[in-house]
Amino acid sequence: MRYVLRRLGFFVATLWACLTINFVLPRLMPGNPAIAMMARFKGRINGQALKALEVAFGVNNNQSAIRQYFGYLGNTLTGHFGTSLTFFPDPVSRVVFSALPWTIGLVGVTTVLAFIAGTLVGMAAAWRRGGVLDSVLPPLFVIISAFPYFFLALMGLLLFSVTLHWLPLGFGYANTDTPALTWHFIGDVLSHALLPGMVILITSIGGWVLTMRNNMISTLSEDYVRMARAKGLSPARIMFAYAGRNAILPNLTGFAMSLGFVVSGAILVEYVFSYPGVGYMLLAAVENEDYALMQTLFLFITVAVLIAILVMDFVTMALDPRARTQS
Amino acid sequence: MRPAVSKVILEVDDLSVDYASSSGTAKAVDRVSFELSEGEFLAVVGESGCGKSTLLFAIARLLSPPAEVSGGKVVFSGQNMVAMSDKALRALRWRDLSVVMQSAMNALNPVSSIRAQFFDAMKAHGESDPKVAQARSQEVLSMVGIDPVHLASYAHQLSGGMRQRAMIAMALLFSPELILMDEPTSALDVVAQRSLMVQIKQLQAELGFAIIFVTHDMSLVSHFSDRVAVMYAGQVVETRPTGPLFDDPLHPYTRGLLDSFPSVYGPKVLVEGIPGSPPDLTSLPAGCNFSPRCPKAIPRCSTAEPDLYEVDDAQVRCVLYEEGTAGRD
Amino acid sequence: MSTAALSGGPLSGAKGPWGRLRTGTVGGLVRAISSNRKATAGLVILVVFCFLAAFPGVVAHDNPQAEIFAPALGPSAAHLLGTDAYGQDLFAQLIYSTRESLLIALVAGLLATVLSVIVGVTAAYIGGLVDNVLSLVTDIFLVIPAFPLIVVIAAYSKNGGDPILIAVLVVTGWSYGARQLRVQALSIRDRDFLVAARLRGERRWRVIVSEMLPTMTSLIVAIFLGTTLYAIVAAAGLQFVGLGNPDTLSWGTMLYWAQNNEALQAGSPLWAIMPGVCIAMLGAAFALLNYAFDEVSNPALRPVRKRRK
Repeated sequence: MRYVLRRLGFFVATLWACLTINFVLPRLMPGNPAIAMMARFKGRINGQALKALEVAFGVNNNQSAIRQYFGYLGNTLTGHFGTSLTFFPDPVSRVVFSALPWTIGLVGVTTVLAFIAGTLVGMAAAWRRGGVLDSVLPPLFVIISAFPYFFLALMGLLLFSVTLHWLPLGFGYANTDTPALTWHFIGDVLSHALLPGMVILITSIGGWVLTMRNNMISTLSEDYVRMARAKGLSPARIMFAYAGRNAILPNLTGFAMSLGFVVSGAILVEYVFSYPGVGYMLLAAVENEDYALMQTLFLFITVAVLIAILVMDFVTMALDPRARTQS
Repeated sequence: MRPAVSKVILEVDDLSVDYASSSGTAKAVDRVSFELSEGEFLAVVGESGCGKSTLLFAIARLLSPPAEVSGGKVVFSGQNMVAMSDKALRALRWRDLSVVMQSAMNALNPVSSIRAQFFDAMKAHGESDPKVAQARSQEVLSMVGIDPVHLASYAHQLSGGMRQRAMIAMALLFSPELILMDEPTSALDVVAQRSLMVQIKQLQAELGFAIIFVTHDMSLVSHFSDRVAVMYAGQVVETRPTGPLFDDPLHPYTRGLLDSFPSVYGPKVLVEGIPGSPPDLTSLPAGCNFSPRCPKAIPRCSTAEPDLYEVDDAQVRCVLYEEGTAGRD
Repeated sequence: MSTAALSGGPLSGAKGPWGRLRTGTVGGLVRAISSNRKATAGLVILVVFCFLAAFPGVVAHDNPQAEIFAPALGPSAAHLLGTDAYGQDLFAQLIYSTRESLLIALVAGLLATVLSVIVGVTAAYIGGLVDNVLSLVTDIFLVIPAFPLIVVIAAYSKNGGDPILIAVLVVTGWSYGARQLRVQALSIRDRDFLVAARLRGERRWRVIVSEMLPTMTSLIVAIFLGTTLYAIVAAAGLQFVGLGNPDTLSWGTMLYWAQNNEALQAGSPLWAIMPGVCIAMLGAAFALLNYAFDEVSNPALRPVRKRRK
């Protein structure tokens, strides 16, 4: 129980840090860059929304910084994120919530797939040391995982879209379509998601294969694995229940840590493919100096990562009895 | 102490284990041969690195690369374990031959409960009825003096002594003929050590299994073993019933070992160790492995490799005993 | 009695990822690298890039920034990679960009590693409240996704140029190493030789620098390699989306201009491909070195040569 509370406390602390970064940054930069942005809102939005933005960015505001801070916190926590410049006059919340499903679908699914597949391959590679999986894949994955995500994205685009015309050039779906729950649309979505998805899968799977393989190799030399052999257990049982289950534990924590990298890569992949997820929106917001949208996207991305970490924590607790009693 | 009917259950014949290292091949176990009778307690003693643990794991076919059996036979229950298929080996494991390791903390799966690990072994050998498995698990835990409620515990929740006994209980699940023990008391304090030894001896009396007990602590086994095999640099240098070995050690190395332990009751004598250190297993000396440090070495020792010679009730690897009783002090 | 002939015994497994690096120092390290194919490959690539960064004029003969050639030419003998939409020679651009890309990565990697060491070791050594606070800060920075944070910071400071870029990389890259260093420092803090040093009355910082850090060298090197790899990729990503200074000569900015001019579709694919290849190769070099380093310090990970009977 203590453990759960600590993790939740950490969640809150990080959330607070994120909000504070959002608040402090524009004020730190010489000549608050938000001033220029705010000028573009002048006369276009009503008093309430304008006030919220002024509080968030400290422009035209006579209140003390502390009052502004709490004003900003209050606004954010009640969901008043402001109005978007890029998609004016849509409120930021609408933009964010329309982009979220695309990213969760693309990044979420591929990341989980990469984790599962990578872990299994890594386990098998360590089990048969010296076999094909073990000698070929690790160096190969080391090299591939060093490639920037967006590079593979560009290559993929070049090969499959521009040259071969097999897959679409970008976006979430063809702009001749209207979103609807039809097979046609779903197929369209999938074909647009295939290339970006493959890029994310290929670049991130390498890390899992490698870490699982290394963990597995260490675990296989442990006494309890030898003991399992001595008991006459089948190789499959030893690999999964004795070695695998122990070897995967550091990976689960690692998964949480690496989400930051995955998210980063996903942002660039979305950019290259003009895929309408939060990453693409983030970069569009930056280009348009739409700081309100930018901050909110940053917040949501961080929250998503935090939630994933919490989930991983609970999975670890379920798998490792020692973690349940840890303080 | 020796059972009246000595049926041989284990025959180790010229067993050798090579260990590939970056500086060459080390002969971790060099042509070890001995026999074990039903219900016998054989202690294998020696310094760290003499190969006694390697020997044990070689017998059980539990070695991992870079260690490999490079020759010899291990005949158990009429079958040569060295040549056995993995499938046949798995069937035999734990049923007829089980293992107890040095540290239960490392030997028990940290993420599974004790019950799960007991059940694992039973399921692997065809016992899938949970009621039967539960009953047997509780039975073996009681045998070692642990409350069966601890079946639900995890390894880290038990004390050191309890963990060790739980491991022994696990080894008894199928009432095997032979239990191999690798320094099971080393991780415990002196009092717990003795109590564990007494318990082991009791269980042996009740259930009749044979034991090969590896340890570096000779005094520990002196009251419990039937026979002692002394190892040095991968070879067995002396095998003898316990009493006579302690009273009158034949091999100079054994004598040196025993002389290193001061007697509690006897007169105060200057304790001498054995000068020098064990040889590098990748470059063994010519002739007898012990000759560079042996106080009784003769010129022949550095040229001729001694075999195990029979002397009365002992086997000794020393050229001084080549003609039987000749060379005894 | 006496020491075992086989250190650790044949049956003990390799414990922990950072086993003792053979303390034969430089000689041992050189031997370890040359006997490991991955390390050699990585090192060769790195050396080549360092040479190109230091002496670009040796390989590329044109002025990379002179817009004097015909635009959008394909590869030819005169222009190995062709020219870009502005009439600049691509090959020269590529080679001259090496310096900046490499410098940014190395400086950011080094600074981030230093910061990691300071925070991680201090937190472990001093313990108590300081440790709790530093660990919390480390964890927070670890969890907050790096690239979005970088983007946000860079967005506010659009014309900051390279120093801002490096600062941003350091701010987002130090936490990973700090965590690992703290864990290792904690495990050796109470070892006898450190207790002895404290009892001798050595000052805290001296104990840290002269006693603790040398034992942690292998981890520090590994963290440096990993952080630099991160810096390479993150810097490239930032420049690619236009948040670096687009007028500088680096691989990331080349990609930016290529993307802006739709190089892929417009028939100058090399403009987009080659900088990416260089980034990937430099990253691969560090990744290989890191991987090989793992193998050197943990023998269990080395390639297994199966003996057939």
